[in-house]
Amino acid sequence: MPNFWKFFLLLLMSAVIIAVWVMEPPQNQLGEVSRLFYFHIPAAWVTVLAYFVAMRQSVLYLRRKELLYDLKASSAAELGTLFCILATITGSIFAKTTWGSFWNWDPRQTSILILLLIYGAYLALRSAVREPERKAALSSVYCIFAFPAAVFLVFATPRVYQSLHPADSIIDASGKIQMPAPILVTFLASLVCFTLIFIWMHRLQIVIGGDMERERKL
Amino acid sequence: MERKPSSLVYKGWCIFSKDLKSELRNRYAINALLMFAVTTLVAVNFAVGQFGLGEKLLAALFWIVVFFSALSGLAQTFIKEEETKTASTLKLVTSPNSIYLGKLTFNIALLLTLEVVIVPLFFLLSNVGGANLLLFFTVLILASLGLAAATTLIAAIVSKAAVKGALFAALSFPILLPLLVTAIRGTELSFRGEVFMSGFSELKILLSYLVVMITVSLMLFDFVWSE
Repeated sequence: MPNFWKFFLLLLMSAVIIAVWVMEPPQNQLGEVSRLFYFHIPAAWVTVLAYFVAMRQSVLYLRRKELLYDLKASSAAELGTLFCILATITGSIFAKTTWGSFWNWDPRQTSILILLLIYGAYLALRSAVREPERKAALSSVYCIFAFPAAVFLVFATPRVYQSLHPADSIIDASGKIQMPAPILVTFLASLVCFTLIFIWMHRLQIVIGGDMERERKL
Repeated sequence: MERKPSSLVYKGWCIFSKDLKSELRNRYAINALLMFAVTTLVAVNFAVGQFGLGEKLLAALFWIVVFFSALSGLAQTFIKEEETKTASTLKLVTSPNSIYLGKLTFNIALLLTLEVVIVPLFFLLSNVGGANLLLFFTVLILASLGLAAATTLIAAIVSKAAVKGALFAALSFPILLPLLVTAIRGTELSFRGEVFMSGFSELKILLSYLVVMITVSLMLFDFVWSE
């Protein structure tokens, strides 16, 4: 990643962190804990983004059979796991103060848990196969196969469990953004920061993974 | 000889009858599967039998028993091919899609055999009165087909990896969860004796899950099988 982006990220992330603590909490009736909003949603966004990156690279691997794509897919999945854990924990803290318990099988909680389980299963599968090509092919297939299941879950769970999760916290029913400008700007800046951090970490992992691969071959 | 349009289905049928014959000879999967199912069912009923459980809990328990019994046996059909080193011969004989169809049919047959035993036993042990049996069996059959469709591909993946048993459950659960949630809901409705149409949206989800899983499996199976 060019140095420009690193400094940009440093400045922007610092600005976001300061803004989050200095400004009013985004939702006054929820109190101080609603400041988590600036970190919870970007973490959840990166979790989903990482899954899409992993799936896209898995498709590319199956098409072209080059291990670089597998490296890209697996490192995206590892980062996705990290951000998924962060999103789950921040979400749980949020749930405790607003709904009264850390875990209550809300559809959103269920879907993030399933994403966590898919990531976990993917990584468990990778550690259970030794040959790199076979490992790459099997885990790519699993990553793609898990996607339709996740889509079904989005349709199936809300029928069984009622959601308390605010659906209109960012965009309301009429499709308009309902947030005061300072909050919106901070939120979007945080989203950009999280995405950049993900891209940076992903590139670092690919460099490290590539080096390890070359060492293994020597 | 002209190629019949149904040759894929025909070859799949051949794979199925081969598996069925070898299963009937040595009962590789079915005995363990049945004993596992009966043991789980008895254990669950022994633990909670003295409490009057509601329909919701009964439906959940029923599907937990089916889920774990299925996971204990459905991977065998591929693991057996790897253990006896017959997978490469099979690879030479026919196309991956017909192998998938054959193995899927075999797993469906195995699962339905299992249910022939556990369903009457379940009704006997847990006093479900006034259930809508038509809805119950429709949910049961659609969900079993979906269960077999999703797990057959995972079984093929698992047969190529180490620590097969634990991995099979870990890989299957996230994929099967939408199916289980829907099946439990549909079964609960049938235990409460609701009319058939009340479970219609559950049946729609189960049917589309089945179609999607078979389609995606057919697209991906080749990559697993050729490994």
